[in-house]
Amino acid sequence: MSRVEQLTMTTPSLQYRKWLARERRGRLSVRAAQFAILVVFLLLWEALPRAHIINPLLTSYPSALWPTFLELLKETPRQASILTHTWFTVFATVIGFSAAMVLGIAIAAALWWWHDLYKVLDPYLVVANAMPKTAFVPIFYIWLGATLSIYGMSLAISLFITILMIYNGFGGIDPNKIKLAQTFGATKRQVLSKVVLPGSIPTLIAALKVNVGLSMVGVVVGEFQSANIGLGFLIQYGSQIFKLNIVMTAITILALISSVMYLAISWLEAAVMRRR
Amino acid sequence: MIVAPIVAPSGGVLPKVELRNVNMRYFGLEGETEALKDISFSVAPGEFIAIIGQSGCGKSTLLSLISGILRPTDGAVLVDGKAVSGPNRKVAYMLQQDYLFEWRTILENAVLGAEIQGADMRKARRRAKELLTKYGLGQFLDYLPRQLSGGMRQRVALARTLCTEPDVVLLDEPFSALDSQTRLALADEITDILRREGKTTILVTHDIGEAISMAERVIVLSRRPGQMKSDHPIAFASYDGRRPTTFEARNAPEFNRYFNTLWQELEVHVEG
Repeated sequence: MSRVEQLTMTTPSLQYRKWLARERRGRLSVRAAQFAILVVFLLLWEALPRAHIINPLLTSYPSALWPTFLELLKETPRQASILTHTWFTVFATVIGFSAAMVLGIAIAAALWWWHDLYKVLDPYLVVANAMPKTAFVPIFYIWLGATLSIYGMSLAISLFITILMIYNGFGGIDPNKIKLAQTFGATKRQVLSKVVLPGSIPTLIAALKVNVGLSMVGVVVGEFQSANIGLGFLIQYGSQIFKLNIVMTAITILALISSVMYLAISWLEAAVMRRR
Repeated sequence: MIVAPIVAPSGGVLPKVELRNVNMRYFGLEGETEALKDISFSVAPGEFIAIIGQSGCGKSTLLSLISGILRPTDGAVLVDGKAVSGPNRKVAYMLQQDYLFEWRTILENAVLGAEIQGADMRKARRRAKELLTKYGLGQFLDYLPRQLSGGMRQRVALARTLCTEPDVVLLDEPFSALDSQTRLALADEITDILRREGKTTILVTHDIGEAISMAERVIVLSRRPGQMKSDHPIAFASYDGRRPTTFEARNAPEFNRYFNTLWQELEVHVEG
């Protein structure tokens, strides 16, 4: 129903208030269930190794993470603080998905502009997207050096899927909207800037969501090979000296970073979609 | 393109829109499809004509040719005596659905044409506000399309069409997406607006009643390839010296006679 036609009653009826309460209860129970899953997971992770049902050397346990974190927080001349490691990983991830978005939009726009170019490149894009990019980690290290290879891997993992997603979004624009712009004499450039790009905002956000996760995968995998700083390095280092506490702490921080990024994108999405 | 010199028809009025021996074929890998064959007619300034035919007879193609977004395979399309070579500011095209951009407000949608044509935006915004207010949408300027009903959205589309101040308005079944009451009311409203503004109008529809009640002349197209079958002037006994409204026309004694003639000419066969 259109908002204009909506009738709002001045005093909500009893049935309506009951319905509201039911809705609220429904929402709360979803949140409660989500929280319960997290608690059960943490409890099992804590209890099973302590009861020696699984070997604590292999999994560590949650209560060991905080002391480990505090220990890693200290900065010594031989060892960077975990905050520095986290910062390097977050920074590289942001660079990775920003570059993937900018390049992805530019390349998708070029493919839309020159349709023949798309027809030529289509199979290569599909194959490039299907390739296991992590196979290139050692080669990127040789080609690009320690720092650039991390950005390179982050971009390589997220770029192709971004191009394909955005290009598909461009193709999904209602051709009649384009026809409408053309009846007013719109040039190709105007069709792109006034119809195709603004009409693809939901696709761009969907691409960003996929991208953030993939870029972080690229960064961490890149750091395994080539870094002496970053959470990926810390995970590699921790497993080599068999200190699972360090590995698990770094992984938990990665999970927290993912959550924060997810929240940031949800917020961006809500802000943009309010206009639709 | 070389076009023979214009010979003004009797009365000396240069036609606003003229088609001369227009053929249109679409090309595909499976072969050629002939959409329109040897179409010739002209429309006088301020005239309101309707073109009827069954689905797939090339009606929409005809409007695309006049609007300049398609070129004919053979023949010539002229507006004000000049061959059409692309979209023309004098001609505005209203499509089957409103196709409002959901990311633009009502006002921003209404000035889309002016914006694309690089017109003076202050003037365009003023005119769009005037039109929208005239169509009863003055309080919804900053609303988004999804907040409006179908009839309101189609009125926004009309404002968008007329905001660029065209002389010729092409209507491609502009009511087909609406429910039947809204459809009748809006047909009446739009006919009245276009007549009063003195626009030359070409309406394409498969609804015989709509054509008779809105237009002064009805052209019937045959099935594919679309060829001109007949050209009927629609005349009603005078209503105090003016043309009847669409509602009056539907109740006029002449209405049924025209309806039967056109129905027979359309040769509707239900297949299957």
